[in-house]
Amino acid sequence: MAQANRSIEIGTGLFVLLGFAALGFLTTQLPGSGLQLTRASQSYAVVADFDDIGGLKVGAPVTMAGVRVGQVNAISYDSSVYKARVSLSIDRQYDHIPDDSDAAIQTSGLLGANYIALSPGGSDTFLHGGSQLQFTQSAIVLESLINKLFANFSGSKDSSGSKDNPGGKDASGNTDKPSGKTSK
Amino acid sequence: MSGVSQRRSMALDALAKLGSVALFLLRVLGQCIPVLARPRLVIAQIYNAGARSLVIIMLCGLFVGMVLGLQGYQLLERFGSESALGVVAALGLIKELGPVLTALLFAGRAGTSLCSEIGLMGATDQLAAMEMMAVDPVRHVVAPRFLGGFIAMPLLAAIFNCVGIYGAQLVGVTMMGIQPGTFWSQVQGAVGLRDVNEGFIKSLVFGAACSLLAVYEGYHAEPTAAGVGLATTRTVVTSAVLVLLLDYVLTAAFL
Repeated sequence: MAQANRSIEIGTGLFVLLGFAALGFLTTQLPGSGLQLTRASQSYAVVADFDDIGGLKVGAPVTMAGVRVGQVNAISYDSSVYKARVSLSIDRQYDHIPDDSDAAIQTSGLLGANYIALSPGGSDTFLHGGSQLQFTQSAIVLESLINKLFANFSGSKDSSGSKDNPGGKDASGNTDKPSGKTSK
Repeated sequence: MSGVSQRRSMALDALAKLGSVALFLLRVLGQCIPVLARPRLVIAQIYNAGARSLVIIMLCGLFVGMVLGLQGYQLLERFGSESALGVVAALGLIKELGPVLTALLFAGRAGTSLCSEIGLMGATDQLAAMEMMAVDPVRHVVAPRFLGGFIAMPLLAAIFNCVGIYGAQLVGVTMMGIQPGTFWSQVQGAVGLRDVNEGFIKSLVFGAACSLLAVYEGYHAEPTAAGVGLATTRTVVTSAVLVLLLDYVLTAAFL
């Protein structure tokens, strides 16, 4: 009887331990804001200043030639130079990155998430913990690009159209048609 | 005319059932604190409801995660964003599938055994014998089982989530070739403590609902073989409906 009780207690203890381990994993390891135990020692930190980071988020990948070499660790605003300061943590195994490499914020796919692409420079000295990337390229914000495009389009159309079309249409008495459309 | 009165009596029956479940809940809750003074009773029930459901929960979690991995990959591949597979799997599991599927499995695995055990105790007059000895059966039989289920369910859901995410990772990373770093950093970027909380609260509520229905049906089962069988069936059906209904309410509340 005592033996049976003991095995029940051991089984329950095992189950509760497993359950709390699972809860602990869900609450600390999965959320980006939680404490991560694993990756601190295996990477080194590099900073880069950008004029505009677009939609870049903490945790976004850092790639070289398309291969993931690290991730964005922190993003802050440096008010002394009016730029966004991005801290990258790069895996320790990639320690041969020239220190004049170029960092560009790019988008994966048309609507995908932002990431940082490093393209190597030609320097003989390599990036190490605490060094800063000098050459950066801001994110291309698709919306502003489209806005510019439309502004250009409509601007050129209006300027060319205002000379030709209204005069011709007014003269031929076509003004009824547009008004009829709007009333419908 | 008789149809109207029949409908009215059916509505009254439903109302009476609801009231009796609520009163029973109060009665059980009142006995929960005194039961904690005898933790051995509760531990035995956590073992029954939790530890012995572990294998089925883990097995189902693994396969649900793997299916999510396959389906999610196929769908996301169309949009060229298969790296977001981890997000789909983790959020889907943590917020919805984990609590709901665990609750349904829990109702089938633990709820039925709770219900038939108590029902059979009633059918063999054990509960009546306890009352004769001035031992409250609600305190000694019902409350420990309710508490055991209530404690076991969130833990089971958490285990289901972890195993499920592992299953999705197995398919996504090992079979489909997503970068493991990408998979996990996407998950860590998208999952917030809020999402984990939502799933946890859901699993608490579902655990309480399933356990309560199981002990209620068992305690009020007709003391015959057919009555116990009927009560067990009712437990599973009502639990499943209630879990899905509560899931909608809770999801709406958390939006």
